[in-house]
Amino acid sequence: MIQLDQVSKHYPPPKRGGAGVTALDEVSLTIEAGEIYGIIGRSGAGKSTLIRVVNQLEKPTSGRVLVDGVEISSLSGSALRRERRGIGMIFQHFNLLSSRSVFDNVALPLELAGVSKAKIKARVEPLLELVGLSDKRDRYPAELSGGQKQRVGIARALATEPKVLLCDEATSALDPETTRDVLRLIAEINRKLGLTVVLITHEMHVIKEICHKVAVLEAGRVIEQGAVFEVFTRPQHPTTRSFIGMVTGIDLPPVLANQLRADPQPGGEAVLLIRFIGDSADQPILSRLARHHGIDANILSGRIDHIHGQPFGTLVVAIPGGETLSTALAFFETHKLSVEVLGHVAPALLATG
Amino acid sequence: MSHQLFLLLVNATLDTLYMVAVAGAIGTALGLPLGVWLATSGRGELLAAPLFNRIGGVLVNATRSTPFIILVVAIIPFTRLVAGTSIGTSAAIVPLTVAAVPFIARIVETAIREVDRGLVEAAEAMGATPYQIIAKVLVPEALPGILLGLTLAIVSLIGYSAMVGAVGGGGLGDLGIRYGYQRFMPEVMAIVVLLLIVLVQGIQSLGEQLARRVNKRLRTA
Repeated sequence: MIQLDQVSKHYPPPKRGGAGVTALDEVSLTIEAGEIYGIIGRSGAGKSTLIRVVNQLEKPTSGRVLVDGVEISSLSGSALRRERRGIGMIFQHFNLLSSRSVFDNVALPLELAGVSKAKIKARVEPLLELVGLSDKRDRYPAELSGGQKQRVGIARALATEPKVLLCDEATSALDPETTRDVLRLIAEINRKLGLTVVLITHEMHVIKEICHKVAVLEAGRVIEQGAVFEVFTRPQHPTTRSFIGMVTGIDLPPVLANQLRADPQPGGEAVLLIRFIGDSADQPILSRLARHHGIDANILSGRIDHIHGQPFGTLVVAIPGGETLSTALAFFETHKLSVEVLGHVAPALLATG
Repeated sequence: MSHQLFLLLVNATLDTLYMVAVAGAIGTALGLPLGVWLATSGRGELLAAPLFNRIGGVLVNATRSTPFIILVVAIIPFTRLVAGTSIGTSAAIVPLTVAAVPFIARIVETAIREVDRGLVEAAEAMGATPYQIIAKVLVPEALPGILLGLTLAIVSLIGYSAMVGAVGGGGLGDLGIRYGYQRFMPEVMAIVVLLLIVLVQGIQSLGEQLARRVNKRLRTA
């Protein structure tokens, strides 16, 4: 449905002699029809530019963008405007017209397309129904809560019956509960209408909640992409790991993180990150390790979670170094657990901590 | 108060209203589009024409920085060309309008620049043309600010209209100077000042009321 082919965007320096900014650096992505595709990155990673090249609010410096088979990056003027009507967009700050009622806000894209009054009414009312705002049709945006405003934004984005919905940090200005409601609505629309959804966010839990696929963006490059479960359970890049850490709780306590060394400490312990995926999450691994090998694991932090109905857990444990460590690693391997040695600590720390 | 003086006051008030109303109407008709254009023709904007935008800006500033009494005298040939004469109430409308257009244009420009850029982006994403963005987004969203600005412009026009007595423009200001000051009739001066205060107050509250009515931002549920 959406294809980005080696898309780059450079911004010229604001002053002569200054340094320009590369917002996107040869990004290639393919988004299939009907998918909810999440793009995550820290602020300044190029997310906003990336979502804006899809509807050409930002013109790429080089590379091609195809939406539904049309090379939108080569269009301008009325041809571009026509394609844009097939791409809905919602925004972090909703961008509703304060001078228009809820009904008239949703009607705006239809008015712009020259649709007749009667047809506008026939189209807007079911949309208000869909987003649950039929009773607010004559209210003004200033009278609505953030969640209601975003629902108006969603109804407005759907007015021209687009094939693609772009969500630009659509939940970043909302509280957690409202965020969940709005995300559920987006997922419902994706299911009901078969809409392709592209969303950008800096919050991993948004990705976890509704996305099928995810791309991680850093410094204008896609550093990792794939199915959400794959990326969550087997992250390859440190940035991805830190994003996942935010939702899975593998962030180490700062005291421990500071003491972590790359090399084994004499008489010290190794800190391991164990990932339980699917079936292995149900097995009493650590008690078996103690029974069969007499190795005591000291649990430092841990969490079991569910993604798309599959259990998925992480456990951070400390195990005595040296030979004991090798035995334990071999044990984990025979049980097909993904284990990562995060580092080593001196003995005093864990004894006192 | 003598009957004669009463007639003078009534006529002067009507003259002032006539000059301000016509200059305000023409000034708005010309200043509104000029202001919209100034706000949207800068570099990288909807109707980008940076060179013309800069020339337009300089012209507006030039007119705005000329003291009104000098403007009145300086454009006498132009006034004669437009009104057929350079003396009288109708002729005075010409310099008043010339002063009002750039003033209103700047006010409209400022109000439109206050509109959130995100709204323009949203409209662009919907496939709106630049003219649709101006007509359906920028002007309606800026309307409360534009109405308050127009109120300010009309109040200023009342002030300017006091100076057109210099070219026989008539009106309240002129009456105040000739009778109140030059003929030592302080009661005339007092009445003129009072009438001007009432006029300005009335226009100000009318403008504020209109602006409040179109402003949907501050409504409480």
